[in-house]
Amino acid sequence: MAKITYKDQQGNSKTIEVDNGLTVMEGAVQHNIPGIDADCGGSMACATCHVYVEEKWLDKLPKAEDGEVDMIDMAFEPKNNSRLSCQIIVENDLDGLVVTTPEKQS
Amino acid sequence: MIKTDVIIVGAGPVGLFAVHQLGIKGLKAVLIDNLDKAGGQCIELYPEKPIYDIPAVPECTGRELTERLLEQIKPFKTKLFLNERVNEVKSDKNNWIVKTSNKNEFIAPNIIIAGGVGSFEPRKLSIKETEKFEGKSIFYAVKNKEEFKNKDICIFGGGDSALDWTLELSKFSKITLIHRRDQFRGAQHTINEIKKLEKKGKISIKTPFQLDKIEGDESIKSISIKDDNGKIEKIPTDVVLSFFGLVMKLGPIAEWGLNMDKKTISVNPHNFETNKKGIFAAGDICSYPGKLKLILSGFHEVALASVECFKRARPNEKYRFEFTTSSKTIQDRLGKK
Repeated sequence: MAKITYKDQQGNSKTIEVDNGLTVMEGAVQHNIPGIDADCGGSMACATCHVYVEEKWLDKLPKAEDGEVDMIDMAFEPKNNSRLSCQIIVENDLDGLVVTTPEKQS
Repeated sequence: MIKTDVIIVGAGPVGLFAVHQLGIKGLKAVLIDNLDKAGGQCIELYPEKPIYDIPAVPECTGRELTERLLEQIKPFKTKLFLNERVNEVKSDKNNWIVKTSNKNEFIAPNIIIAGGVGSFEPRKLSIKETEKFEGKSIFYAVKNKEEFKNKDICIFGGGDSALDWTLELSKFSKITLIHRRDQFRGAQHTINEIKKLEKKGKISIKTPFQLDKIEGDESIKSISIKDDNGKIEKIPTDVVLSFFGLVMKLGPIAEWGLNMDKKTISVNPHNFETNKKGIFAAGDICSYPGKLKLILSGFHEVALASVECFKRARPNEKYRFEFTTSSKTIQDRLGKK
């Protein structure tokens, strides 16, 4: 279990406990976090669960695979700290992770 | 007005299999889809990616699955209405009337909505000024390449569409290809061609850059692009082409008076009927307790919905459950001797 904080561009933030094994996207969807649409359901096919990962966490996450980086090309305003939240699997080590949702998803 | 037994909205795998399940019960259907081809997400999002969880098919790609489903429903000679979006649904006694963006009208006692996550639309550029230039100087597709002759064109994107059009239009226009990172994800031989053209000075490649600003009044005069360090470059431009794939928009479905749960339609899991009699939802777009967004779940959902469709389309006949292995009637419908 890890506490994950979801922020938006207006500075609102919500911290929730997400079970190990779920993705950061699933944690958001189950708790109705706005700004994570996840249209394709986590199959890395839509880029609507795109988030910006707080810089200090970037190295602690497993590297994005090619398919994810390709999909981030399609995302709204991608940056160097962009990830698809459906590809970040929650584990104890991610306790305290902060992600920010983009202004919009498409 | 076209009369049929069932109007299927969405020609993805679930819509296609619905034709089969209706067809073996002797029901006629039409298929309507906003894309220019059948297959839905399978053909648009992952045509070349293998799928491993179709029962008895250890591995097949999105394209192969689509082709096999089309093959399976061939005997029913179902008409596909492509490039058409269903805009309006209204009731007419025990029937439903459907109107499309192509001004086609259909009437049937049943509608099956197998619309996935909605209809696919091009992903738009994110900055504000783009709207007033859309269709004049900014395009998300090339319909007639003659219109792009002898122009200064900036192409955004890193996939096959961006690369293919860079090659094609560079034959008669000045092309700048702009992408947010150094790697392109198109076919390797296309990338090689592009690099060759750049070496010869025929095209210009700007990476890692993203669109920052558009300048112009009636039409675009120039654009500014920005790299990760904030460095800005201004490029004189007549036309911007943007290829960032497709997004799925629920669209008018939200206005048909159906009970919705976020972007999905609530259904009764016994027959996949919505809150409106004779309107069914199946596949990714429907929701009920325990719903899984799997292709195989969608197949099950349309199989059950097709039984209810039969009862509404043939109120004076009794529905008889039959197996394809033993039913002479079904085998006739499939054209088997």
